[in-house]
Amino acid sequence: MTPAGTAPARPAAGNAGACIVLGHGAGGLLSHELVTAVIAPRFDHEELRILDDAACVPFAAERLVISTDGFVVDPPFFPGGDIGKLAVCGTVNDVAMLGARPLFLTLGLLIEEGFALASLERILDSAAATAREAGVRVVAGDTKVLPRGAADGIYLHTTGVGTLLSGRRLTAAAAAPGDAILVSGPIGDHGGAVMARRAGLDLGTLVSDCAPLSGLVAQLMGAVPGSVHALRDPTRGGLASTLNEIAGAAGVEIRIAEAAVPVRSEVAAAGEILGLDPFYLACEGRLVAFVEARAADDALAALRSHPLGYLAARIGEVVAHGRPRVVLETRIGGRRALDLLAGYPLPRIC
Amino acid sequence: MQLLTEFRRRDHAAGLRRALAAAAPARRVRLMEICGTHTMAVFRSGLRAFLPATVELVSGPGCPVCVTDARTIDLAIAHARDPEVHLVTFGDMLRVPGSSGSLEEARARGARVTVAVSPLDTLAAARAEPERTAVFFAVGFETTAPAIAALAREAMRQELPNVAILCAMKRVPPAMAALAGAGELAIDGFICPAHVSAVIGADAYTFLARDYRRPCVIAGFEPLDILYGVHLLLEQLAAGRAAVENEYGRVVARGGNPAAQALIDEVFEPVDAPWRGLGTIPLSGYGLKAGYAALDLERRRPLAVAEPRPLAGCLCGTVLRGAAAPEDCALFGRACTLATPVGPCMVSSEGTCAAHLRYAALGAAAGEPAAELAAAGAGR
Repeated sequence: MTPAGTAPARPAAGNAGACIVLGHGAGGLLSHELVTAVIAPRFDHEELRILDDAACVPFAAERLVISTDGFVVDPPFFPGGDIGKLAVCGTVNDVAMLGARPLFLTLGLLIEEGFALASLERILDSAAATAREAGVRVVAGDTKVLPRGAADGIYLHTTGVGTLLSGRRLTAAAAAPGDAILVSGPIGDHGGAVMARRAGLDLGTLVSDCAPLSGLVAQLMGAVPGSVHALRDPTRGGLASTLNEIAGAAGVEIRIAEAAVPVRSEVAAAGEILGLDPFYLACEGRLVAFVEARAADDALAALRSHPLGYLAARIGEVVAHGRPRVVLETRIGGRRALDLLAGYPLPRIC
Repeated sequence: MQLLTEFRRRDHAAGLRRALAAAAPARRVRLMEICGTHTMAVFRSGLRAFLPATVELVSGPGCPVCVTDARTIDLAIAHARDPEVHLVTFGDMLRVPGSSGSLEEARARGARVTVAVSPLDTLAAARAEPERTAVFFAVGFETTAPAIAALAREAMRQELPNVAILCAMKRVPPAMAALAGAGELAIDGFICPAHVSAVIGADAYTFLARDYRRPCVIAGFEPLDILYGVHLLLEQLAAGRAAVENEYGRVVARGGNPAAQALIDEVFEPVDAPWRGLGTIPLSGYGLKAGYAALDLERRRPLAVAEPRPLAGCLCGTVLRGAAAPEDCALFGRACTLATPVGPCMVSSEGTCAAHLRYAALGAAAGEPAAELAAAGAGR
């Protein structure tokens, strides 16, 4: 199916208050218009004009790095981002964490009937801008419309592929005793901003850290090639969960100095008010790097010289092989286990 | 002043550690922190390592989720399953296991259950769904009571016919008296709750010091607050005194918060209340006054629930009165974990068992304050 010869594309969001209807997902004229007039032009790729059943793109590597993720964030627009930006960043970052350069994305849209067309366009614009920033091309997609009540506004799904930057995949299991642990910026900004918005708290300057990390990863891998053992982006579950996952995968004990972990005062304040620990709040534009100690200073300098890493900090170290655990040296000089979160972070009662 | 950092200063903590060591009692003393937030603060900062070996901190019944009795949990779940009810409550209540299932499971099966940050969210729920009764499942202590009183007052003022309250709120001082009067415990002194005291005031504990000869110190939730509070208790014990001292003067006044008290008094009256583990304690709960009886769910929609099934093997009740440590429970860390909690003390984010399992897993490592990490200075 090609767009040539079909009815002229309707101007996007031509009438104010226009919204998605079931017909936009029925595969007929409305569907076609939505794809060709509203979605495809924003991502401007030859494959999206051809509209075959699948995209065919050049790819010169022996190994493919691939990741997929669904996005159901509530609210879809939050301080510092929206679900479109998040859907691109989430998958781009997951691909990048293997030490890879993300190249292509697919984008799936699940839209509730009645969703405002203008909101959809904002989300698509944001996804397109983020893809450009990340250096990835959206080459295939899908749109489904669900009856009112069967979905909550809009869900996105992205799949991303890329190639290894250095021919070597990074893996959490490679974290080793002696590694320095770096974080690329303050933790919990995304979770704090979303939770605060949900709770109706106005925290002024607090915005999500949502950002594509492909450039930051390339910069780090370029500066200390061979010395980066593991990268992770501490999304859902926050820094504490990510560190526990790595400790478990590598079979190591990790020590973290609480005082060294950057936390914005707004996030700390939101945490105090809502009863949420910043260590468990999601980041969407941060990475944790496990780097050989002798390269740690260079790695930190490389992170800090990038706009997305200028507040990077060295927060701890891998101390030994053994029972996997994360030990936090508290600000006042005590020690405690930094454990996995069970269930869902909930505001406190009193 | 930077409230989030000044009360967590490492140098001051080291000074208090030395002072506590100098004040170490010769005999073993048991101090109870009533409030779950204190329990969590103790573990989160690793404060136990700062205390002399003869000082034992015991967690008390200050977790509103934990002390809610099984029958009330079952009642809430039964109401939630009613298709004409929209049950609104605080987050931690969702996972507390009742005799069969939890509110979370009821929700997964279609019950209308939502989590509120403020009890006033119930008003919006009532307006949004006039065909359902919006029920606020009210748990909490004196801290939470004013907000729930505000809900009651607003529901009456706005004449919303479909708002009701399932009242399971508790008052702290009567429970402390019950604990002080119980022979099995031998609690030498109390760290009184911080937020509760902001409402009821320091004078509310005078009877405990006078009638039960127990030193009481109101302490804030920051690490230095707690260490200093323990020091004040040790000083009282060494001098053979029993008085109420207020370490948290920056928030807590002697008379408390009169506006909050007036709001509570307008809506609630003290009633006998059942506590998990402590039994029914006279005048330890809040009931709706006659003028607000129209909001009382148990009067509006009377519902009989079967005798609650005890949680087999669960020691939560004993843990809540400080008569057992979580580690004494055969289920602790085995059948009962953070991911699969059996009892409420493992469910609640302020529960004693959750605190022990989450934070105390370091074993010997927790016994000594940490040495400087190589990376400690590398951050900000």
